[in-house]
Amino acid sequence: MFKRLPEAQPGSSSVPVTIDGRPFAARDGDSVAATLLAAGVPACRTTPVSGALRGPFCMMGVCFDCLVTIDGQPNKQGCLVPVRAGMRIERQSGARIAFDAAQERS
Amino acid sequence: MSRDYDIAVIGGGLVGGAIAYGLARVGRRVALLDEGDVAYRASRGNFGLVWVQGKGLGLAPYGNWTQRAARLWPDLARALREETDTDISLEQPGGFHVCLSDAEMDNRVASLTKLVGQAGFERYAFEVLDRAALAARVPGIGPEVVGATYCALDGHLNPLRLLRALHAAFIKRGGAYLPMQKVEGIARRSGRFVVDAAGEQIGAAQVVLTAGLGNATLALQVGLHAPVRPQRGQIIVLERVQRFLDYPMSTLRQTDEGTVLIGDSQEEAGFDESVGTAITATQALRATRIFPRLLDVRVNRTWAALRVMSPDGFPIYEQSATQPGAFVVTCHSGVTLASAHVFDLAPRIAAGELGPEMKPFSAERLNVQKAA
Repeated sequence: MFKRLPEAQPGSSSVPVTIDGRPFAARDGDSVAATLLAAGVPACRTTPVSGALRGPFCMMGVCFDCLVTIDGQPNKQGCLVPVRAGMRIERQSGARIAFDAAQERS
Repeated sequence: MSRDYDIAVIGGGLVGGAIAYGLARVGRRVALLDEGDVAYRASRGNFGLVWVQGKGLGLAPYGNWTQRAARLWPDLARALREETDTDISLEQPGGFHVCLSDAEMDNRVASLTKLVGQAGFERYAFEVLDRAALAARVPGIGPEVVGATYCALDGHLNPLRLLRALHAAFIKRGGAYLPMQKVEGIARRSGRFVVDAAGEQIGAAQVVLTAGLGNATLALQVGLHAPVRPQRGQIIVLERVQRFLDYPMSTLRQTDEGTVLIGDSQEEAGFDESVGTAITATQALRATRIFPRLLDVRVNRTWAALRVMSPDGFPIYEQSATQPGAFVVTCHSGVTLASAHVFDLAPRIAAGELGPEMKPFSAERLNVQKAA
């Protein structure tokens, strides 16, 4: 779906990350959102209220559509976080969990 | 477009919207004049509780009126759904007031006991829960929580959808919603009122002042007294999380869509609508003492809005003695009382007489001479 511009191709080194547990070679200097698009993952979450698909849109920290779970932290803005080696990126479904009510009750 | 109406309602917030809709329901031709986005608009900043617990200490009829409103709420929610297809997300599972120390708990129980024991108060049962009893119904409470009081009449709803639904239902019943109409003056000519708004004149046999903080000056023009003042409240909005809380609390609630709201601050700050961390930090700290797991849930935004407070905190409902047909309606619980305003107060206004039941809410109570 997305292709890099020829002038952006050379030079930068590869950064190993996982997306939903699968290894992916991200590009050093890319954001998490750009990594998702480069990996062919246009939708990174579903909305809490209607369950609609959402993916990176504004790429500049405004729209909050690119929320993903990064290293276990839910609702991170993917476009504002640069990839790092070993990063765990996970798509998220609906609202995050504050705590498990059943577990707290026991 | 006709500029003559049976009744002009001045102020298009939750109070004015409810009164106007209630008047339209009993067949009146009503104009609802709304100032515009420069208005203070308490209706767009409130917390959304339908709250009974604790209200009415010092004025038993207010406690009874609040209970009546809570019982009428399912009817209003149903009417709005049928007429406007709007779900205002009303839930009335009862609500908790959480206490974080033994002293708080003792004070709370003493205050509620005094409240329901007042002469003329329609006594309702409130529950006192210790820590274990509360934990069984509300998972996730922190180690500092001592207990809570519970009242089965309490609830909550989506106040923005309520405001929109009241306007929509009013318009659907033939009401004239007139935005951008700041009222400059109200005059009485040969038994009718002439309202000057945005350079136009609107005629009506009756006027109802529901202008929130604007009532303080408007009331004087028609021989009424409504010395309301702003009281600032601040609200913290957390990100949406999966449902963990099935009950509203006096300082914290989770909406049907998962958002967590933290509220209930009270400050005397004049007309300053700004937010400040001095207050929000205290609110956040208390919320995380109640639910420690909220510590890693993000804050999405904060806002402040101005409550419309009378000197004693109770509503003012009054018809002008010198200019009959002019009414003032003001309260700080525009959500809770909306159902009573639609089904009970509006028909009284339409009939031209508030009746003895509304006498306790006259501003006359504020005119007691101070002892020298």
